[in-house]
Amino acid sequence: MRQIHYSEVIEVVAQLCQETNFSLPEDVLNSLRKARSEEKSPLGRIVLAQILENARIAAEEKVPICQDCGTAIVFLELGEELELTGGNLNLYAAIEEGVRRGYKEGYLRKSICHPFTRKNTGDNTPAMIYTDIVPGNKLKIIFCPKGGGSENMSAIKMLSPSEGIEGVKKFVIETVKSAGANPCPPIVVGVGIGGTFERVALLAKKALLRPFGSQNTDTELAALEDELLEEINYLGIGPAGLGGSTTALSVHIEMQPCHIASLPVAININCHAARHKEVTI
Amino acid sequence: MEVELTTPLTEEDLEQLHIGDSVFINGVIYTARDAAHKRLVALIEEDKELPFDIEGQIIYYVGPAPAKPGQIIGSAGPTTSGRMDVYSPALMAKGLKGMIGKGNRSPEVIEAMKSYKCVYFGATGGVGALLARAIEKVRIIAYEDLGTEAIRQLVVTNFPVIVINDIYGNDLYKEGVKKYQKKNRKY
Repeated sequence: MRQIHYSEVIEVVAQLCQETNFSLPEDVLNSLRKARSEEKSPLGRIVLAQILENARIAAEEKVPICQDCGTAIVFLELGEELELTGGNLNLYAAIEEGVRRGYKEGYLRKSICHPFTRKNTGDNTPAMIYTDIVPGNKLKIIFCPKGGGSENMSAIKMLSPSEGIEGVKKFVIETVKSAGANPCPPIVVGVGIGGTFERVALLAKKALLRPFGSQNTDTELAALEDELLEEINYLGIGPAGLGGSTTALSVHIEMQPCHIASLPVAININCHAARHKEVTI
Repeated sequence: MEVELTTPLTEEDLEQLHIGDSVFINGVIYTARDAAHKRLVALIEEDKELPFDIEGQIIYYVGPAPAKPGQIIGSAGPTTSGRMDVYSPALMAKGLKGMIGKGNRSPEVIEAMKSYKCVYFGATGGVGALLARAIEKVRIIAYEDLGTEAIRQLVVTNFPVIVINDIYGNDLYKEGVKKYQKKNRKY
């Protein structure tokens, strides 16, 4: 069996914490550039120019794009023919150590606290870790720092099956509309449909990671993504919520079968700083 | 309209401001977010003195990233203002004249801005690296135990904001959306 030492996992995660917070993915930057050239509102164009200038400064100076360096969300795809080695550690402890180091060494803001006392844990742990076991002998680590402002505007609802696709559309539009300026538009909208209460939220989160411009392979869902993006941009919320034609950059839907009694829908909103990156070791 | 303002603000400063104006702020401003607001309002309720003279001042809702070597402050963009809504009217009653943040304010806060004469400025969310460049000096003046949420006195030069709510009860978030929304949609 192929072996990977935990120290390598720690190092990769520590780097990912910093790289994701300093540099936006190229597809996100391209989408922002396109939005700047197409935005109808003069104030909106100023905001988009600020966003692009900010991204340039952050990448060049290796400083955080946003002071909210996010909750550390980690998706793992662990090959079943891979053996992890390294003494007393385990995989999750190695991830946590990577987060601890990355947030410290990168001068990233630690934003995780006790729900009631609000006492900060001091090192941005615990990370939110989700693991899929996959064929092969590799480990893929997807790191996604997620800001609190946009996370707060996300929503989940167990629809009645009779509400169908119309119910889903209505819920998505209502959620984006009521979020208004809060989640730092232009936003990315991740929509989960189906599964169960907890699975649908995870589908929505995973949908955020899909590259901009990609579409769901199901043609009906791809059409729904286009329709929702158009409708959301008709809302007029615009960049920073000041009014304009760019409210969302992208809508991504992930769907799976669900119980005959249910139609779960989750909407996870991401800000324009749609940070994520993956490394395979 | 473009306006340059220097703190502390006077009522005359605020009377000239209307929603959509671009404002460049100069001088001292104070940072505070959730935890600091809770403590400030507790002091007001106990009739105790605030840790800084709030008359004519601006509070910026921000929890900056740590400064790395060579910096005085890390990235420092606005946080969502709505969470401060429950505290803001009490601070306006004590003389607060400006708030910088992002996102919608409650009807109660907008009403209080009219009656106490206070303006809500929007800074662009998610551009903290850019905004930090307008910050010249930083000093923690209260609640150091709160870390990023401590109250900092900042000295800023041409800090760029937009007037979201003026003292006349107008709301740029509402007006801006009205201007660009497509009417008569199904959803």
